[in-house]
Amino acid sequence: MKILVCCGNGLGSSFMIEMNIKKVLAELGVEATVDHCDLASASGSKADIYVGTRDIATQLTSLGGKVVSLNNMIDKQELKEKIGAALVD
Amino acid sequence: MLADVLKSDCIRLNVACDNWKEAVKAGTDLLLEKNCIEPDYLAAIIHHHEAFGPYMVVAPGIVLAHARPEDGAKKVSISLVTLKTPIVFGNITNDPVKLVFTFATTDNKGHLALLTNLMELLSNEEDIKKIMSTSQVNAVLNIIKQYSNLSI
Repeated sequence: MKILVCCGNGLGSSFMIEMNIKKVLAELGVEATVDHCDLASASGSKADIYVGTRDIATQLTSLGGKVVSLNNMIDKQELKEKIGAALVD
Repeated sequence: MLADVLKSDCIRLNVACDNWKEAVKAGTDLLLEKNCIEPDYLAAIIHHHEAFGPYMVVAPGIVLAHARPEDGAKKVSISLVTLKTPIVFGNITNDPVKLVFTFATTDNKGHLALLTNLMELLSNEEDIKKIMSTSQVNAVLNIIKQYSNLSI
């Protein structure tokens, strides 16, 4: 299971979301590889789940994986619910 | 780590700005004064915002303005500006913005400890509210100190 977090620059918000995803996965007891990158690199990286904030997520839908769109980057509850839902399908 | 980098000369409170570009400039001016970024870094942030949308408004009232190392970052650095009047950046869910964090990193790793500390701070609603409402730089510094000893 590979989760890729994307943002415009690939070093700020995507890394911070990656940190939160790892915490959430630990809480859910799920193992997965989590990485982060910028939008330009995302199309070259195969992942099962792509994660981004709203403005970025719209640009991830054509990549062939599930897309998790976040409203609030620091809301772990939102992240847990959405990642949890994406993992189940 | 955060307290080593975010010092009183990188903090300005209750700054009056008319629009989001001015708000971002208030943040980059602090870093420019300390020679942490090139003058073009501001243009790069504005360009990213216009190209990708207001994704840097990461949480309600908070923008994390930044560009890439090659856009003119000279040191791993961060500044904090609180706005006198909250400003709209165009982010439907998280506008208007009150806190402008501007950061720069010289490679893809040097800032990770800094962001880890920052993330913990941003996750604490109470401390964020205090920073948004205070006019005392020392009050802000005291809060920041609490988030600087955490490890990844």
